[in-house]
Amino acid sequence: MQKLIGSVTSRLVISVPYLWLLIFFLVPFLIVLKISLSQVATAIPPYTPVLDITAGIRSLFNGISQFTWENYVWLVEDPLYYKAYISSLVIAAVSTVLTLIIGYPIAYGMARAPASIRPTLLMLVILPFWTSFLIRVYAWIGILKPEGLLNQFLMWANVIDTPLNILNTHTAIFIGIVYSYLPFLVLPIYSALEKMDYSLVEAAEDLGCPPLMAFWKITFPLSMPGVIAGCFLVFIPATGEFVIPDLLGGSSTLMIGKTLWSEFFSNRDWPVSSAVAVVLLLLLVVPIVLFQRSEAKAQESEK
Amino acid sequence: MNTTWSRFNIASLVLGFAFLYLPIVLLVVYSFNESRLVTVWAGFSTKWYVSLFNNQAFIDAAWVTIRVGLISATFATILGTLGALAMTRYTRFRGRMLFSAMIYAPLVMPEVITGLSLLLLFVAIGLDRGILTVTLAHITFSMCFVAVVVQSRLVTFDRSLEEAAMDLGATPVTTFFKVTLPVILPAVVSGWMLAFTLSLDDLVISSFTSGPGATTLPMRIYSQVRLGVTPEINAACTILIAIVAVGVIIASIANKRREVNRARDEQAAARN
Repeated sequence: MQKLIGSVTSRLVISVPYLWLLIFFLVPFLIVLKISLSQVATAIPPYTPVLDITAGIRSLFNGISQFTWENYVWLVEDPLYYKAYISSLVIAAVSTVLTLIIGYPIAYGMARAPASIRPTLLMLVILPFWTSFLIRVYAWIGILKPEGLLNQFLMWANVIDTPLNILNTHTAIFIGIVYSYLPFLVLPIYSALEKMDYSLVEAAEDLGCPPLMAFWKITFPLSMPGVIAGCFLVFIPATGEFVIPDLLGGSSTLMIGKTLWSEFFSNRDWPVSSAVAVVLLLLLVVPIVLFQRSEAKAQESEK
Repeated sequence: MNTTWSRFNIASLVLGFAFLYLPIVLLVVYSFNESRLVTVWAGFSTKWYVSLFNNQAFIDAAWVTIRVGLISATFATILGTLGALAMTRYTRFRGRMLFSAMIYAPLVMPEVITGLSLLLLFVAIGLDRGILTVTLAHITFSMCFVAVVVQSRLVTFDRSLEEAAMDLGATPVTTFFKVTLPVILPAVVSGWMLAFTLSLDDLVISSFTSGPGATTLPMRIYSQVRLGVTPEINAACTILIAIVAVGVIIASIANKRREVNRARDEQAAARN
């Protein structure tokens, strides 16, 4: 009897979240794929064909035969789209490297800090993450504007004579991404460095290895799992980022998240925005799978 | 330890935290600015808070946001905890690879894709867009965050406690509520808080899945920001930051107290 209850419970524990994710995560992607093969129409919903399973198999096949590659051809032919994809990937890659350069010393400083203040430092890194993404990006507008606080400060300090034009440039996007995603990179690196056995570095230094060399040969390789996880956590969402390029990048910056948004909300072209999403997903599927593997492996090794 | 290194460490920490906190501090300070020009200081004033509380559109959006946040965080915590149990307790079941992919992928999935795909689902099944669809969307992406938080607590959990309870005749459900849940409760609570803040913050997914009458606070703030930076938005942002800060402080105090209590119990147990 107890075995029976056990197996029923275990089925429920697995199937409830499983079904939820199937319906609200996997099935929506199939719908996106389907609509990316449809044509735009002035109707509700604004695409055709509308597949209706209740209308019978014949009409279903009839609908499928109307599928078209048109939207994908459109994506290839219009340079706006592939330029947006390339510039998104480049901006995300550059920002990831910048985040790593700024984030690694912070994680290292935290891991080397006295054990008593480490929880406080950890909390200080996590705290900004709890405040809204939108608010943190918005805060930078007031700082980077031509008449903003940064320019006021630099002119007061006599560093510059004329205001710098930072807002609505790539630099502003880099600042926005580094700032918003910094905790995502610092935390995994910190947890890798904190677990590290520091006596290895001491041994190397005792044997005459210069500190920088010891860092490069021992500390950095040992922190690699954290570095990889952190870089994925920055790179993947940054590629499809919408809020940061929209608020800080101005109208001239091309990023695919922005393109998708305006295709959907301004042009109301659902099939093309679905095609944009499918291609973006294809570009990101390799990094996403690698990220999922590295997370699953990290969980396994902790058992 | 080498002194140059530790000086370097301190410098990188100070600069890093200055970078993280200065923008937020400036935002809060300028919400008390008398002038309508956000970047010119003209004296202390709370008038933007007063005008904010007289702005019905903001108040309505705040209510929608709180309702969506409370409901979605609760469901996300239940589903996420179940997901974490499934991942750690049942290592072999059909489709486990797919399940783990569906747990981790939403953590990094660009929001525009999640938002668009959920909207198309709701249109396909004929669900009217409104508070319900926003809530369903928020449950979906935040349950994965809860699952990861709870899972990291479950993997370090001593399973012999559960086995002992089962050997003594407790059903799996009783075992969960009497043995497992009390131990993983801090992780479940922080999972709930994380889900609530994620819901409170979300702009992109809400914009896709919401309809008339379901404008959330971030959506309202965003449409105002597009018109320009105003001290009123700074005031709204300051209130949001204050709510989150108070929540985090209460949680950490509660955590500390629990740790102190546990230490005292352990000492008492050791003495007996």
